[in-house]
Formats: sequence, C-alpha cells, structure tokens
Amino acid sequence: MIGVALTFAFACFGLGLLLNIYRIVNAPTVGDRILALDTMVINAIALLALFGILEGTAVYFEASMIIAMTGFISTVSYTRYLLRGDIIE
Amino acid sequence: MIVDILISACLVISGIFGLVGSIGLIKLPDPMMRLHAPTKATTLGVGGALVASMLYFEFVLGRFSFHELMITLFLFLTAPITGHFIAKTHLHLLHRPEDLPPTGSERPWASYESDEARAAIETPETAASEAAGKGE
Repeated sequence: MIGVALTFAFACFGLGLLLNIYRIVNAPTVGDRILALDTMVINAIALLALFGILEGTAVYFEASMIIAMTGFISTVSYTRYLLRGDIIE
Repeated sequence: MIVDILISACLVISGIFGLVGSIGLIKLPDPMMRLHAPTKATTLGVGGALVASMLYFEFVLGRFSFHELMITLFLFLTAPITGHFIAKTHLHLLHRPEDLPPTGSERPWASYESDEARAAIETPETAASEAAGKGE
C-alpha cells in the first residue's frame, strides 16, 4: 500500500516540476519566474524526501536541507535585486 | 496496518496538494492570485511528504530521525518570507502607488513610504535632532 501511495506522490510532484518548468519558460512577469523557481525548489525537496522513503536511507535529508537553504537565499537575493538594485546594502 | 494507512494517506494528500499548487501557478489569472498557490498549497504538500517520511522511519524501519522535522521547520519559517518578498516585487514592478486602494489613514502603503517620513512619524525626537544636525 505504501508502494502505491509512494508512486502516486512521485507522479504528482514530478508533474508539478514539469508544470513549473513550463511556467519558467514562458512567464508573464519576472515575479512569476522567481515564484516558479521557488516552487521548483520546494518540489525538488519533496521528491528527495520521497526518494529517501523509497531507498530507506537518511542520506538524502542533508542534501534536501542544503537545497532548502540555497533556494531560500537565492529567492531572497533575486527579489532584493529587483527591489533595490542591490543585494547587501 | 494502521501506520501503513496513515503513511499512505499522508503521501497521497501531500501529492495532491503539491500538484494543486503547481497547477494553480499555471492557471490563476492575476499575479497576486498566482502567489497564493505555491506559497500555501505546495508548502503544505512538502510538509505532508516529510511527515510521511518521519512516520516511515520511526515505525517501519524503527529508527527516529530529526532531519525531517528540521527541514519542515525551515520551510515553514521561510515560505512566508519569500512570499512577502515576491509580493513586494509584484507591487513595485506592476502597480503605481496611486493605483492601489486607499489605506484608510494619512500614511501611504508601508512599502512606498520613504525612510525620512517613517522616521519623522515613529521617532519624532531623533528625526528632529537629525534634521537639526543636518541644518548646522
């Protein structure tokens, strides 16, 4: 039962990742592109967590922690750059 | 058996929420509406996946791991901040200050208020002394 649910969750998050790529390629505004990149990071973390369940190992959690941190920093610096023209004032 | 059902329910719900967030990013018509879907639904989806992972490691494999809790906490703390920043970017790139609805007070929207005007209202003494210092 867990296997079927795991496959379903993999399919959902993978489809979400594809939709995000579509949104990044043709985004109406710059803000939407940043938002799509942020969502992509979150979906990647979810996929890594699911992969950790599939393999039964905790190795992938360090990777997803680092991805979460870089995703947050990159989103904030992107928006700061658009807002002020400068990241660290 | 009960744990299996619980883990499967968490996985299915998290998958549906994640997919709904990504579809909302494509389908909703207005930039501010599009901000809703990923910041709420997708964050809840990844939270569900991490809770499922925690339950699986605790009850099926028999070893407790704190990593998921850390990642969930980090994501739930940072999602509002990124949402706020992206909303501010939308405001400044797509709207003029005069297009926005009135705030109901003398002061403008906080994002458009200049630093000098804010300092004059919130800390009048220091602002006045600074102005006097500049005058000398």
